[in-house]
Amino acid sequence: MNPRAVSIVLRKELRDLLRDRRTLRAMIVVPVCVTPLLMLSLARVTRAVTAKAQAEVPAVQILGGEDSPAIVRQLEQDPKLRIVPAAADWRQEIADKKIRAAVQIPAHFEADLAGGTAGPVVLFNYEGELRSGYAAAELERTFRQLRDSVVQQRLAQRGLSPALLQPFAVRRENVSPPERVAGNRLGGMVPYFLVLFCFMGSMYPAIDLTAGEKERGTMEPLLCAPVGRTDLVLGKFLTVLASAFAAGTLACLSLTLTLRWGKLGPGADLGLNQVDPAGIVGVVALFIPVVVLISAAMFSLALWARNHREALSSIQPLMLVVFVPTVIGMMPGIDLTAKFALVPVLNLSLACREMLSGIWHWHLLALIFASTAAYAAAALAIAVRMFNREEVVFRT
Amino acid sequence: MIATQLLTKSFHDKQRGEIRAVDGVTLGVQPGEIYGLLGANGAGKTTVMRLLATLLRPTSGSATVAGHDVVTQSRAVRAQVGFLAASTALYGRLTAREVITYFGELNGLSAAAVRGRVAQLADELDMHEFLDRRCEGFSTGMKQKTSIARTLVHDPAVMIFDEPTLGLDVTTARAIVRFVRECRTRGKTVIYSTHLMHEVEKLCDRIGIIHRGRLLAEGTLAELRQRTGEEDLDEVFLKLIGEEGDS
Repeated sequence: MNPRAVSIVLRKELRDLLRDRRTLRAMIVVPVCVTPLLMLSLARVTRAVTAKAQAEVPAVQILGGEDSPAIVRQLEQDPKLRIVPAAADWRQEIADKKIRAAVQIPAHFEADLAGGTAGPVVLFNYEGELRSGYAAAELERTFRQLRDSVVQQRLAQRGLSPALLQPFAVRRENVSPPERVAGNRLGGMVPYFLVLFCFMGSMYPAIDLTAGEKERGTMEPLLCAPVGRTDLVLGKFLTVLASAFAAGTLACLSLTLTLRWGKLGPGADLGLNQVDPAGIVGVVALFIPVVVLISAAMFSLALWARNHREALSSIQPLMLVVFVPTVIGMMPGIDLTAKFALVPVLNLSLACREMLSGIWHWHLLALIFASTAAYAAAALAIAVRMFNREEVVFRT
Repeated sequence: MIATQLLTKSFHDKQRGEIRAVDGVTLGVQPGEIYGLLGANGAGKTTVMRLLATLLRPTSGSATVAGHDVVTQSRAVRAQVGFLAASTALYGRLTAREVITYFGELNGLSAAAVRGRVAQLADELDMHEFLDRRCEGFSTGMKQKTSIARTLVHDPAVMIFDEPTLGLDVTTARAIVRFVRECRTRGKTVIYSTHLMHEVEKLCDRIGIIHRGRLLAEGTLAELRQRTGEEDLDEVFLKLIGEEGDS
């Protein structure tokens, strides 16, 4: 390897890339501007929609209840409900969002309730519709209160204590330190975002520097230069790697700033300030070989392709291969084991959760680092080997 | 300066099996000489050029360029070679100066040497007007001048031209032809591949007729005319490849 030649190629490729709007968009604009803007907009829209839904007094129809005036009156007096006259097509009205919910009170409800044999009250709502859900929840609360008061009355009439129904209380208490809770919550998401932005940031450079160069016809003169093919590959590969790291770093910074100071709402910072700082260092250390691996795999696929389009279509399946493990890593109940430590990307995902929570299984972390570094070295060796093959570099 | 001995290159094609793109080609080119490799499309011209430029490795046979073996001393060969083809392009987002500098640096020139060489080439090729503009907006003429400067930046002793005028307008093609002649005047060894008879007639000191990967005939234009008994080069060419087809 000739470091001077590698540095010449690297400098040229970086200069070239930094003038490419498409790359700059994927590497800088998307992680720094678009993602925080989307997050902020999403949080604001969600807050506004929720607040508006909560502020609305939902229109509700009472089906039946003619012989239960006290219940009907109680519902009518509830300031959080707006009772509208019952209509025959109440189901359609709920579906059309003209009313939010309906409650069916069985015949002789009050009389049967007094006798202890009341039938079920049925609530009708639009499943998945926010305002309909609020209306149904308010109706449910009203009837639960009524049920509780009836139970209390009946117990009092029999001279029994309400404690009879609840002989003991069950309480759940978190004993895990806040940094572990926050680390567990953030640890699944961090690798996903890091991998996503590194992938996006390095995809266009990988294509541009390989298949793009073949397609444009600049590869041939480059190969005529008295420089080793390994030097050319390394110069180009380091450019792709630099793009991946730049995109990942910028994305992390912008996400951190957005979560911390973006006023996304209560609890939306995901406990960022409680994360173990040593965990962040650990994530970065483990992330390096993963990015090398992904970049080298992408570089090889793009190098094999004849043109930009073919490169894009061969890299797309790699996206799935890379993202599925990050999604699996976010699932609860999957813990880091020696077997999982050998699965690239998934191992990073699981280790991130532990490290950000302040848990350090050194032997597993060493296994992850060593195995991923070995995979990355193999992927890079494949890229170098491919660059030395005539049928690859002249595959046009 | 260029010498090949039974140079052969085979490719493997999934559908067609083994294809012999270059089949036992033996030729020699001396300094100050333009050797024209004349052949139809697919005759094997580009493969010969790529073998000489060490972009491809021969399947068998040997070749030396500027005294260096193309297989065992490929880097030394590339340091002595300038390669220009119509199909090669420039980096659109770089300026002409940056492109020439890049290739100068890759060829091992120091920063000061590259600066001096860029200034010299810009003078010679009248490039000052667009030297610091990005190549993406260049006219064909500007692109050709920049490509020539890139090829010459390290002052190679051997020039390999692979159909350099293909698809160019008359004015630009004429500029290229003039440049090739200048290379001969400067004592460079030039090998020039083309399928255009008139270019061969105007430029080449000696001509090699290549067909289906094989060098069928070699000599000066007068020698080839004498051998075939034809005056017109088109007829000379057709007669020579016809002989091959008949055999």
